[in-house]
Amino acid sequence: MAVLVIADHDNSALNDATAKTVTAAKTFGGDVDVLVAGKGAGDVAAAAAGIDGVRKVLHADGDAYEKQLAEAMETLIIPLMDGYDALFAPATTMGKNVTPRIAAKLDVMQLSDIIGIEGQDTFVRPIYAGNAIMTVKSADAKKVVTVRGTAFEAAGAGGSAAVEAVDAPAGPFKSAFVSEEIVESDRPELTAAKRIVSGGRALGSAEEFERLMNPLADKLGAAVGASRAAVDAGYAPNDYQVGQTGKIVAPELYIAVGISGAIQHLAGMKDSKVIVAINKDEEAPIFQVADYGLVADLFNAVPELIDAL
Amino acid sequence: MKVLVPVKRVIDYNVKVRVKSDQTGVDLANVKMSMNPFDEISVEEAVRMKEAGAATEVVAVSVGPQQAQETIRTALAMGADRGILIKTDDDVEPLGVAKLLAKVVGEENPDLVILGKQAIDDDSNQTGQMLGALLDWPQGTFASEVKADGGKVNVTREVDGGLQTVALDGPAIVTTDLRLNEPRYASLPNIMKAKKKPIDMKEPGDYGVDISPRLTVVKVTEPPVREAGEKVEDVATLVDKLKTAGAV
Repeated sequence: MAVLVIADHDNSALNDATAKTVTAAKTFGGDVDVLVAGKGAGDVAAAAAGIDGVRKVLHADGDAYEKQLAEAMETLIIPLMDGYDALFAPATTMGKNVTPRIAAKLDVMQLSDIIGIEGQDTFVRPIYAGNAIMTVKSADAKKVVTVRGTAFEAAGAGGSAAVEAVDAPAGPFKSAFVSEEIVESDRPELTAAKRIVSGGRALGSAEEFERLMNPLADKLGAAVGASRAAVDAGYAPNDYQVGQTGKIVAPELYIAVGISGAIQHLAGMKDSKVIVAINKDEEAPIFQVADYGLVADLFNAVPELIDAL
Repeated sequence: MKVLVPVKRVIDYNVKVRVKSDQTGVDLANVKMSMNPFDEISVEEAVRMKEAGAATEVVAVSVGPQQAQETIRTALAMGADRGILIKTDDDVEPLGVAKLLAKVVGEENPDLVILGKQAIDDDSNQTGQMLGALLDWPQGTFASEVKADGGKVNVTREVDGGLQTVALDGPAIVTTDLRLNEPRYASLPNIMKAKKKPIDMKEPGDYGVDISPRLTVVKVTEPPVREAGEKVEDVATLVDKLKTAGAV
């Protein structure tokens, strides 16, 4: 038995979701290898080799892999799968983009966004925005799986796996990277953050969102998130969105400010350890999941909170 | 340019789903069904391309029960030209749907297939990418902007950390994210007009592909319920509580 894990990274650092996916792969069983496909991603390969429990790291280096586009990744991974019983990837936008292509080419039905493993063919995953939990058994010979990071602890460091170069087909491929706008921030990444402060539509404008949420985040060393309503209204960038269709998070502390708590938002954060809700509507559904609810005008409460912390 | 838009009939976005007590699934009896919201965005995008003169024909296709015809009618009322229903009462998994769609693409020869990034029932987020692989077409998933220009399709994607733009050599697959557009409501005259638009009735057997399920549902359960905590009086109390709990 052997599992191939696709590493998610930006060519300089390994995304924390990778080590969580390694944990899921170890739970599944067998030898766990990690594929690092990138351009000049030697440091990432070294980091992956240091994850506890990894047998070896396959390192594919080439221009076509700089952004891990799905078409190149498919060409790279399909021949590798001869040697593996399963392919695991984090359910990040990279994993979600790439793995279904592999599953289709292998003629297997993918198991998306799993939160549990109950044996070699049985997996647990949320459906209906987390309003139901499905346990499902796969009859396919090879398994293709994406893993929800919040459901698995990151595997520790201390490994010393060998790094092995693998052929990286150079293409040409039918897709090409054009440009990107990546939000530069000194704050922690949302899905890896221990603390998150998240703002909703009640903030009223992008200016107010920034004026109140950023200092609160900085005071706590927290990442900033947002509800779909706040993102749709243009108060916060799209990659801030927490919810079933955005990012799924489970920090130790989640402070929801001016968020009413739509089902799809709750689906993205209800596994947080401690939830605080600040909202002036005492009937807001967010209070039903909050450990500590403060019914107050956020424009008074947030500055007070910043001062008090 | 011809655009194919697959649409799925799912439980309505606003309905609170109930898990059946025998744990075999969720209760769909007497529940309002609608078009998957991401598919509405796909239809809207295709119709806008037609209105802008970029697309010549928009074809809506659905795999589902007889009632999925209503979902296709919704697409037609929004501005799609005609429909195809592949009628089946079985649950077809994303892999099976992708195989059927690959056959439809073979018959219809569209230049672009626009799908929702995921359906809000099984939340799989697979069908578009699988179709891309089966056809060996490139894909622009989680799109927040699509520019089709000759044989090139530029797609701006919502990725972790921000936005990424890719250039695809058409024909291509696009899957839609929430902020691509705001779908229109069909007007009454357009709903009436849609009744006259043609829908081709097909069955999975017409396409000669194996769509038998690979997954068996062991059980479907309620998620663990999180208990509401306490209301606090003021910010000072909140900070005290958080300190006591070791959260700050």
